[in-house]
Amino acid sequence: MKLEELAGKCGQWLKGSGPESDIVISTRIRLARNLADFPFVRRASDDEKVQIVKMLRGRIAKLPQWEQTAFWDVEELEELDRQFLVERQLMSRELADSDGDRAVVIDPQERFSLMINEEDHLRIQVICSGLDLESAWEQINALDDALESKLSYAFHEQFGYLTACPTNVGTGLRVSVMLHLPALVITREIEKVFRSLQKINVAVRGLYGEGSQFMGDFYQISNQVTLGRSEQELMDTVREVVPRIVEYERRARFFLLKESEQDLHDEVSRAFGILCTAKKISSEETLHYLSKVRMGVNLGLIRSVDILTINKLFVHTQPAHIQKLRGKHLSVADRNIERASYLQSHLTPKRDSEEG
Amino acid sequence: MKCQHCERPATFHITELTEPTGPHIVHLCEEHARIYLSQGSEPPAPNTLAGILAKQLQLDQTAEQLAKQDKKTCPVCGITFAEFRKVGRLGCAYDYECFKEELEQLLVNVHGSRHHQGKRPSRHVAPPDRQQELIQLRRQMQEAISREEYERAGEIRDRIRQLEEDQEQAD
Ligand SMILES: [Zn+2]
Ligand SMILES: [Zn+2]
Repeated sequence: MKLEELAGKCGQWLKGSGPESDIVISTRIRLARNLADFPFVRRASDDEKVQIVKMLRGRIAKLPQWEQTAFWDVEELEELDRQFLVERQLMSRELADSDGDRAVVIDPQERFSLMINEEDHLRIQVICSGLDLESAWEQINALDDALESKLSYAFHEQFGYLTACPTNVGTGLRVSVMLHLPALVITREIEKVFRSLQKINVAVRGLYGEGSQFMGDFYQISNQVTLGRSEQELMDTVREVVPRIVEYERRARFFLLKESEQDLHDEVSRAFGILCTAKKISSEETLHYLSKVRMGVNLGLIRSVDILTINKLFVHTQPAHIQKLRGKHLSVADRNIERASYLQSHLTPKRDSEEG
Repeated sequence: MKCQHCERPATFHITELTEPTGPHIVHLCEEHARIYLSQGSEPPAPNTLAGILAKQLQLDQTAEQLAKQDKKTCPVCGITFAEFRKVGRLGCAYDYECFKEELEQLLVNVHGSRHHQGKRPSRHVAPPDRQQELIQLRRQMQEAISREEYERAGEIRDRIRQLEEDQEQAD
């Protein structure tokens, strides 16, 4: 598989098809695992890192579920390709920027990926569309079992799965649910909602665009601790909190429709107009307006475009994606021009060909 | 306004809605914001961890005890407790035994627990001493090579292979 092939497609998790997918973008689970017979990555010599990648690559190749996966040596990728995989959420910025032998293994449908020699020897990740903890857990648990049958993990009777950072020890599990909460932001209810969730063991964090502008409509909910509770219990804390936030967002949207439908309709239509007609546009501005348009589509205020297209544009308009899709390196100014033309070709109704 | 980590102007103002401390704002320059945000869904571990550790250690130890504790060294990977405190990352699996006392207190502060619940590997877990021996032998082999003692390195390599084969057969 080539990265260019990946660029035109879109991951399974962007389909916008899972439960609550008007508000919940994705459910992601990752497991941190280490090999028992090597020092942790930070303490491993260059030679040991090479051995770790080589050994893992060999063992993974023997697993039936992994036959279709693509393997990338991160050190050999140029910066643009690394950035591309980060935007795609298939690897972390930390893996892209660190040094020494390291790799990423990717399922062609982008349902799961594996990072080798990030902070831990192994980081397994599964992403599903919408709110779907059960399916995400089922998949990652099976992947973990398969890997474990070929490897000896560092496991301690008292502390569980051992990790380089003690904040991940025990289950090594991090569940992250990404939420789109524009109405709570508009009605300025967002902080109140999160305050009302105090004492619940979850971490909430806003997501931000490329530049300096705050990109406030996306929030990620994840479990705060990893030790002392089972995987199911950790997922339960997230499973209980998310529907409550979703419910608040629905109420806020309903409130906006009831109290000021004209204003809301005006705002999302203007956002749509800018995306359809701009001749140059930054990625921040794009995210800002796409967020409004996404809500407009979900509320039936904009009907000429579907949610899958909008979800795809969130990823495809990011800097490395625009360059991969156009097949060349572009300056910031040229990217802004290409981004505007890309948006136009996907948002204006005259063409319905399946272009990327 | 200046970046919290350097002298450059802060262009990123990030609101963290972390419970239970409630929302707080972090001011950062572009470079530090990138590092900060690249941590993704992870809690900003090294800083908070260092903070928790510092507090925990100050509470129940004298300066002398602290200095002594800082010199504690893992026999397998060679990391000292002071190094762990600085970077917030452990060096190898054996550190959980070697620094057990200190870590247990830290784990209680971070997770509210010191005992794992949940999944465990289904097949037998290889005896820890075997694993540590492998880590140590690989280090010794590297050292032998760097001292150009190739005969010795060869012997160690054979021993490593033997251990690795035993392990695969046990699988
Ligand atoms: Zn700075
Ligand atoms: Zn160690």
